[in-house]
Amino acid sequence: MSAKTGVTRRTLLRGGTAASALLLSGCDRPLDTLSETDWFRRLLGFVNGPNREVQRALATGSGLAPEYTAAQISPSFKVNGNDMPDDDAYQALAANQFRDWKLEVSGLVERPAQLSLADLRAFPSRTQITRHDCVEGWTCIGKWKGARLSAVLNQVGLKPQARFLVFRCADAFPGPDGAQPYYESIDLDDAFHEQTILAYDMNDQPLPTGHGAPLRLRAERHLGYKQAKFVMKIEAVESFAKIGDGNGSYWADQGYAWYAGI
Amino acid sequence: MRRITIYRHRLVVRITHWINVLCLTFLLMSGLQIFNAYPALDWGPRTTFDSSFISMTAEQGPDGRPVGITTVLGHPFHTTGVLGVSAGDDGQPTARGFPRWITVPSYQDLATGRAWHFFFAWLFVLNGAFYLIYSLATRHVSRDLVPTRHQLGEIGRTIVEHLRFRFPKGAEARHYNVLQKLAYLVVIFVLLPLIVLAGLTMSPQMDASQPWLLTLFGGRQSARTIHFLVASALVLFVLVHVFMVLVSGVWNNLRSMITGRYVIEGADDER
Repeated sequence: MSAKTGVTRRTLLRGGTAASALLLSGCDRPLDTLSETDWFRRLLGFVNGPNREVQRALATGSGLAPEYTAAQISPSFKVNGNDMPDDDAYQALAANQFRDWKLEVSGLVERPAQLSLADLRAFPSRTQITRHDCVEGWTCIGKWKGARLSAVLNQVGLKPQARFLVFRCADAFPGPDGAQPYYESIDLDDAFHEQTILAYDMNDQPLPTGHGAPLRLRAERHLGYKQAKFVMKIEAVESFAKIGDGNGSYWADQGYAWYAGI
Repeated sequence: MRRITIYRHRLVVRITHWINVLCLTFLLMSGLQIFNAYPALDWGPRTTFDSSFISMTAEQGPDGRPVGITTVLGHPFHTTGVLGVSAGDDGQPTARGFPRWITVPSYQDLATGRAWHFFFAWLFVLNGAFYLIYSLATRHVSRDLVPTRHQLGEIGRTIVEHLRFRFPKGAEARHYNVLQKLAYLVVIFVLLPLIVLAGLTMSPQMDASQPWLLTLFGGRQSARTIHFLVASALVLFVLVHVFMVLVSGVWNNLRSMITGRYVIEGADDER
């Protein structure tokens, strides 16, 4: 591997499988080598900016994600990612039906808060039957009920410097340096969107564990990986450059686009 | 019999043609990488998981080795080695939709496949838009691509000639024949715009701002299936296109798309 110049640290870190496979197969595949070359990855990544800007520019009118009828709800909604956080504190909270669970809202806010599920249920809510579009290509339709994120933000009061909300989750994926916690972030345009909710119910039942109990984000104009599950903390920040690997989400740190609109 | 050389393809057409070759090649290979992340296709707004239109799966064979099964409309086919199961990174039979020799990267890496796909999608759209504006402005479309009434009347004869591998000579070879024109028009004005729109329909953000896309394609999963089927149609077009290039004078054809110069045999048929 050392003979291959231009291989990024990220590539070496990411997925031991891919890296060891390359070691086995050597460098006989120029497109694979190119895929792992730093300047070429930067070149490919250049279109993330235009992707985001064009999608934003086209987002005029109501801009609501399409909503569906009860008859169109998926009979079996696929569980993806982590189905149970491997975390003692989380499991203790789950064992007690999340009665002691509190959502921390902190960072660049005027009035930091600790919100129980009962507190969240007291906020103005929204119920919506929407699509969950996985980056892998499949789609499930589910009914979500949750607190409007805008209402929660109005209560805590964002400071003027706040530009993003970071969602810290109880789940994690194995990484080369130990478990890497799941996190996501959205900008304020999505935070105050009418359909952006902190969902506590799915299909008229409390959110099941596999779908992120007790609370998951629904940002309906984004792919599935934006819909953070097992949300423990919301942090208002000016920049996510110092969080994780600095790309704004666990999956963005793994090479996916931060703006998950397409 | 006289041979003359004509100037067949203008510079913009030649350049945009080869950029398009590059784009469509990488769009296909990265598209199949993306497809492999969930190797099944559905109709309507959502995935059915148990009654897909097309699915590629790996099952355990009687000898314990994985068997690739491709199911089309409920009919299973054994496709081990190509679809469903093919050599993995270690050379062993592995569950994957399309084989590694046709995906980029060769190994499973959705994030990198998407990065390739979106980069070349932009290049493809910009290149295509430039070609279209140029071709409409210079009347390349109306002059060279729209069949004449005379050509349409002779379409039956042209088909028979093609089936006999007899290609136009003399004055007739100065222009695209009617089958070429129709094929190019369908690709440029139907298939390529359709594949771009179907691709955009898979975007939840685009569906929120442009809901007409869902109406056009009948749902996100329909759009994904149509995106795949149009890509398949384009592969079929390219296979026929390359075959015709090969059998109707490969060097002459290639030179005309590189330097623009095309040699016509039997030019003394001309008036």
